[in-house]
Amino acid sequence: MASYSTSEFKGGLKVMLDGDPCSILENENVKPGKGQAFSRTRLKNLKTGRVVEKTFKSNDTLESADVADRDMQYLYNDGEYWHFMEPDTFDQYQADKNAVGDAALWMKEEDVCMVTLYNGAPLAVTPPNHVVMEVMETDPGLRGDTATGGTKPAKLATGAVVKVPLFMNVGDLIRIDTRTGEYLGRAKE
Amino acid sequence: MSHWQPSAEIGILQKRAQLFSEVRTFFAAKDVLEVDVPVLAHATVTDPNIESFTVTSSLKPAASYYLMTSPEFYMKRLLAAGCSAIYYLGHAFRDEQTGSRHQIEFAMLEWYRPHWTMEQLMQEVAALVDNFLPGDVKRITYRQAFMDVVGVDPHCADLAALKELAHKKLSPAFDSDDRTIWLDLLFSHLVEPQLSGKVFLEQFPAAQAALAQTHTDAYGNQVASRFELYIDGLEIANGYQEELDAGVLARRFSSDQALRVCRGQFVPAADSNFLAAMQAGIPPCAGVALGVDRLLMAMTDQENIAAVLPFTF
Repeated sequence: MASYSTSEFKGGLKVMLDGDPCSILENENVKPGKGQAFSRTRLKNLKTGRVVEKTFKSNDTLESADVADRDMQYLYNDGEYWHFMEPDTFDQYQADKNAVGDAALWMKEEDVCMVTLYNGAPLAVTPPNHVVMEVMETDPGLRGDTATGGTKPAKLATGAVVKVPLFMNVGDLIRIDTRTGEYLGRAKE
Repeated sequence: MSHWQPSAEIGILQKRAQLFSEVRTFFAAKDVLEVDVPVLAHATVTDPNIESFTVTSSLKPAASYYLMTSPEFYMKRLLAAGCSAIYYLGHAFRDEQTGSRHQIEFAMLEWYRPHWTMEQLMQEVAALVDNFLPGDVKRITYRQAFMDVVGVDPHCADLAALKELAHKKLSPAFDSDDRTIWLDLLFSHLVEPQLSGKVFLEQFPAAQAALAQTHTDAYGNQVASRFELYIDGLEIANGYQEELDAGVLARRFSSDQALRVCRGQFVPAADSNFLAAMQAGIPPCAGVALGVDRLLMAMTDQENIAAVLPFTF
């Protein structure tokens, strides 16, 4: 397995730290006047999502992590696993609850998501930044009330609850930013 | 896309030229001779924390040369040959990671004062820097600065205590039985950032003496007769009461080489011309190297060294 020296550390590099695959977010070199140089590195643990800061001696090495991001189509959920397909090869992958996490709130069948593979198995799933979903439950809309700026909760097919403007109705399509869970606007599709 | 444009603004390059010119005026007024020593050298330093660029020749494939990391060896050969006070203002090279404070090629000002003490030289460094950044320079020992921030005496704390502190305050992803590495880690991450304003730091641990003499401090610790000037946590200059004993220097070079072997680093031969010159003898003297780019950074409030250099790597 390849390894990387601190001089090769840069944002996006995937490495193994304490047995877990991590993505390097930032790397800064610290060198005292005369003496050992260090690399101060912020890493995101791709399994837990936790961000840690570590200090390495310059020229220490970390093994590379067999991690790859792939665009895949979300097929269906069988109750236990979420199934994805790579559009080019038609290879299918099943991701468990740990890998899918909150992404489950924002995935519609046939949407293309980013699936992070670790040693060939899904480790994490990232939904598209913006998705369009249908309102399944909400209080009746207040006709004409487009100006007051009030909001109410609306439940989507995935169980996600989003704050929407008062005029929205069941069956309306809305556009959502999946990174913040915020309503962006009405969608036509 | 090609990046042909300079990394510094023209206005800063004008200040750079002015700084060079004022440095030359400063030394001319004091009868310090400018010496233009080679940057391409036959030998290089053994210091395990400084890597040199190796240059190959197509005419003499068996030979290798180095880009000098400091003009020190050449300058001390000139002192041994009878030169009185001398300075070098030019470039030096280090094969290390670049960053906001480091470039692999940088401008260095280095000078030697035969028959001067380190104390006298520190006054002169303060006077030179005062021309560009007026204001008093505070003084603190390495021990005091370390104790103020980390809470233990760097000369006495044992390996286990230093390790425990490092693990409590930082997240080292390595282990080592070398006390110096833990001191470097704690010092560079915790103490340096607290050095605000202009500060002379003195009495480094003896293990960090490099080419400086050592002496016993008021508490009975062996310390290096070495000082550094910091400006707002940025190391600007590093000076020594120069070690004169060729035997002591040869032994330090051998232990550097042994450490390099241990660490699997390239092991350069000791500079035999330098050691021969030291054997012939230089007068007692104090010497200092000053990072000109970093001084210019401090003068122009720049956070990145690239902003004060016309072109960078």
